Amino acid sequence: MKSGEDRRNSRSRSSGRNAKNTRSKNSRSRSDSKGRRRNNRDKRRDIDAENGENIRKNKRANPYIIMVTYAFVLLFLGMIAYLSYFMIFQSKEKINNPYNTRYTILNKRIIKGSIKSADGKRLAYTKEDMDGNIERIYPYKNMYAHVVGREKNTMTGIEKAYCYPLLTSDINPLTKLVNDFKGVKNPGDNVITTLNHKLQKVAYEALGNNRGAVVAIEPSTGKILAMVSKPDYDPNTVDKNWDSLVKADDDSSALLNRATQGQYPPGSTFKVLTAIEYLIENSSTYAEYNYNCKGTANFGEDADMKCYGSEVHGNVNLAKSLAESCNCSFANIGLNIDMDRLVTLAERFGFNKGLMADYEYKSSKISVTSKSSTAEKIETAIGQGKTLVTPLQNAMVAATIANKGVMMKPYLVDSIVNDNGTVVKQYKEKKNGKVISESVSEEIGQYMCQVTDYGTARSLSSLPYKVAGKTGTAEYDSKGSSHAWFIGYAPYKNPKIAISIVVESSGTGSQYAVPIAQSMFSAYIN
Amino acid sequence: MSNVLMQVFKGVIIVSFLIYTLQCFTVLLASEEKKIKIYKQQVGTIFFIQLMTFSVLYTNTKEIGVLIIYVFQIILLVFISEAYRFVYKDLSRELLNNVLMFIMIGLVVLTRIDIKYAIKQMVYIGIISLVCLFVPLIIEKFKYFNKLGIIYAAIGIGLLGLVFVIGKEHYGAKNWIQIGGFEMQPSEFVKIIYVFFLSALLEKDVTFKRVFKVSILAAIHVLILVAQKDLGSALLFFITYLFIVFVASGNFGYLFGGLSMGAVAAMVSYKLFSHVRIRVLAWKDPWSHIESEGYQVCQSLFAIGTGGWFGLGFTGGAPNYIPVVESDFIFSCISEEFGAFFAICLIIIEISCFVMFINVALKIRRRFFKLTALGLAVEYIFQVFLTVGGAIKFIPSTGVTLPLISYGGSSVISTFVLFSIIQGMYVLDKADRKKIEEELVKREVEVGDEEW
Repeated sequence: MKSGEDRRNSRSRSSGRNAKNTRSKNSRSRSDSKGRRRNNRDKRRDIDAENGENIRKNKRANPYIIMVTYAFVLLFLGMIAYLSYFMIFQSKEKINNPYNTRYTILNKRIIKGSIKSADGKRLAYTKEDMDGNIERIYPYKNMYAHVVGREKNTMTGIEKAYCYPLLTSDINPLTKLVNDFKGVKNPGDNVITTLNHKLQKVAYEALGNNRGAVVAIEPSTGKILAMVSKPDYDPNTVDKNWDSLVKADDDSSALLNRATQGQYPPGSTFKVLTAIEYLIENSSTYAEYNYNCKGTANFGEDADMKCYGSEVHGNVNLAKSLAESCNCSFANIGLNIDMDRLVTLAERFGFNKGLMADYEYKSSKISVTSKSSTAEKIETAIGQGKTLVTPLQNAMVAATIANKGVMMKPYLVDSIVNDNGTVVKQYKEKKNGKVISESVSEEIGQYMCQVTDYGTARSLSSLPYKVAGKTGTAEYDSKGSSHAWFIGYAPYKNPKIAISIVVESSGTGSQYAVPIAQSMFSAYIN
Repeated sequence: MSNVLMQVFKGVIIVSFLIYTLQCFTVLLASEEKKIKIYKQQVGTIFFIQLMTFSVLYTNTKEIGVLIIYVFQIILLVFISEAYRFVYKDLSRELLNNVLMFIMIGLVVLTRIDIKYAIKQMVYIGIISLVCLFVPLIIEKFKYFNKLGIIYAAIGIGLLGLVFVIGKEHYGAKNWIQIGGFEMQPSEFVKIIYVFFLSALLEKDVTFKRVFKVSILAAIHVLILVAQKDLGSALLFFITYLFIVFVASGNFGYLFGGLSMGAVAAMVSYKLFSHVRIRVLAWKDPWSHIESEGYQVCQSLFAIGTGGWFGLGFTGGAPNYIPVVESDFIFSCISEEFGAFFAICLIIIEISCFVMFINVALKIRRRFFKLTALGLAVEYIFQVFLTVGGAIKFIPSTGVTLPLISYGGSSVISTFVLFSIIQGMYVLDKADRKKIEEELVKREVEVGDEEW
């Protein structure tokens, strides 16, 4: 019966049949005269004799075929959605990769944008001469060599991280089209950094001919205000001087950005973290802390400690221990705190884990445990031992204390603007997390003020506002050679800037690092 | 000059291609007269895009060879278009147009990547298009297609097994054989016989016993491919088997049972084979392994991403940065130069082809052909899925070609045969219908006479 009706449908409508159609047609065929239908049915059965059964089976297959079709169409819609997602949200970030060498193609079509300081100075720009030759110019030569980076001899710094945004032109599409017609290159977008030229210049000059690094950060936002590393090089001529820069027997490593990748023993600047751990573990009794310093002390076999120059500090509380940077007292503190928890604290500040910065940097390292030897524990507590820290990490420690215990993500680029100055992308400050409580940060901040009041950085007391700081003198070999450190922030009441300075192979922090801090604070805070 | 041309044509190409894509769907609703008009417009678009791309290519290279090859490509397209419309009576014009479009795009891009690829590809297409003119005849005259189930399986397994005897390794997969000076990939040809085998054996009998027997034979195919490290084909064969069994039996148990068994097999092969793990690794996080395993996928994404929505313009990109761009990653090259928008339109045209295949499967009256049409449709669209998905990192890359567009003799020949068989079945079914209709009308007249 059914096969007969189906046959009829196929006659009246040769295409696009499905189950629904068949049903709707049934009623119409029923309206035919009964006798005629019976007659027809017999005849049709003859025709379909050989494959009538087949056709019925066939019909049954169709709904499943339609299901298969839907399944594949859905799969493809998913794939198209994925591709669109990639294009809209991921592609700009993903193509900005040194392995994507298509920038050479873009360079032929777009004049690479400029990199500018927050106060509008051009730090890098592209010049095109009459013949169409392009050249990347760095007007301040060595001053921004590491942070802005270079284009030649493998890209580095902002040049590398923002290569594709600089080679993207977000001007009016119509203007772009007109330029294409005229055969004129379109202007690329400009990258506006968070760097403050005035501060960078002061830091650069203050570091003088020393090796070392300076990092300055705005504590409330994480904006990097200045980043200097020495020795340096001129990115304009780096290709010509390349051989001498990479010479193996030269240990100056001028190409290395010490600010983000130089790993130094932290010296006494680490006492800030040791003190914070003591404050946290002894939240009700820390005010009663007292230690009698005799200049040297013995904490057991192979665990001797000595203050700088064997100076006898006498009776010290926690604040004074920090202000005078008393090694013996901090060794004692180190044995009174849980080393595992100290590591956890340091990791919250970014040690071992990283700072979530968007540019290349090395993580700082700390590896002590509660099962370590007494000698290693007391060494770690005063910032010697196996601990290694980058200037950027130390700047983040100071900035976090200044920002009431909240660590911001350090960042270098404020915005991307098109050639007309319209903002294409605005980068916003981001919290890395709450590292220590507000009360702990306030307490440690007060101690750091005493460092500049009467302690190892007292020369800063001449400034018209209070400064919180900590010096460090990090010995790195048995001969007593040391790196000079200073970390700190100012003004204490309303911190605008946090600084970390390291001067390699110089001497004490008080003598070599503090004066640089002083000129930077003076230059930045009016 | 060439730069200006490239930029201007970039927009024109995208717009014309978009119109073509839309027409693939509007034509389904159009009246008969309008359909003819749309088909003509579509053919016009194909030659228009070809003209634009070759103008850019010529102003860029100023090589006379480009012009010569352009003329040959026109001749090839005109030949296929005319000959097929003549031999395949009442063929599906939308399908024919899509074939022409794919061949045009493929040849244009190959000419741009390396003219040698284009020349070889043209020879393959020329020969196979001649051979395939006999497909309708064979389908019509040869009545025992559906009776050769086991023989198909034997041929398929034999051909695949041949690789173990006289095989060659390419890109880590040992799935090529060399005969004389020609290298070919047997799996590409077995692909089609394999669908015949499944359809023939499941045509009438879908008892558990029969399905079990078919499963064993299909598993042998798949396992040989796995052993040759040809994961893409193995997956393709498996999925095709699964869906033919599902449609033939109407049993969801087979579908889901098969899928879960496939998942288990995938897990096992992940554990067992390092080359599987490498592919998965390169898919999960190509960026961390950009120097080694992830290089190809990253370069593909760079191409697509740098191209953006509207492309760098034809000849404006750098497709040669992607290894094996001419076959497995041609989609990335198209997306880079013509833009992601164009590439998505291309995917949509591929879907429209699939829907037309399915349409043939739905309409066709003989069950063997119904299953064959479905099997070929699944095979076609799943291959597109594997290659496009691999290029955009939607799935791990499995090293299969984009049908009719990628370079590769075996691939283009087998896809051409696939399209021809579908066309042949379409034509046959139309003829069948006509015959029955005539017969019915005749009988009806007789019936009517009796009643009078």
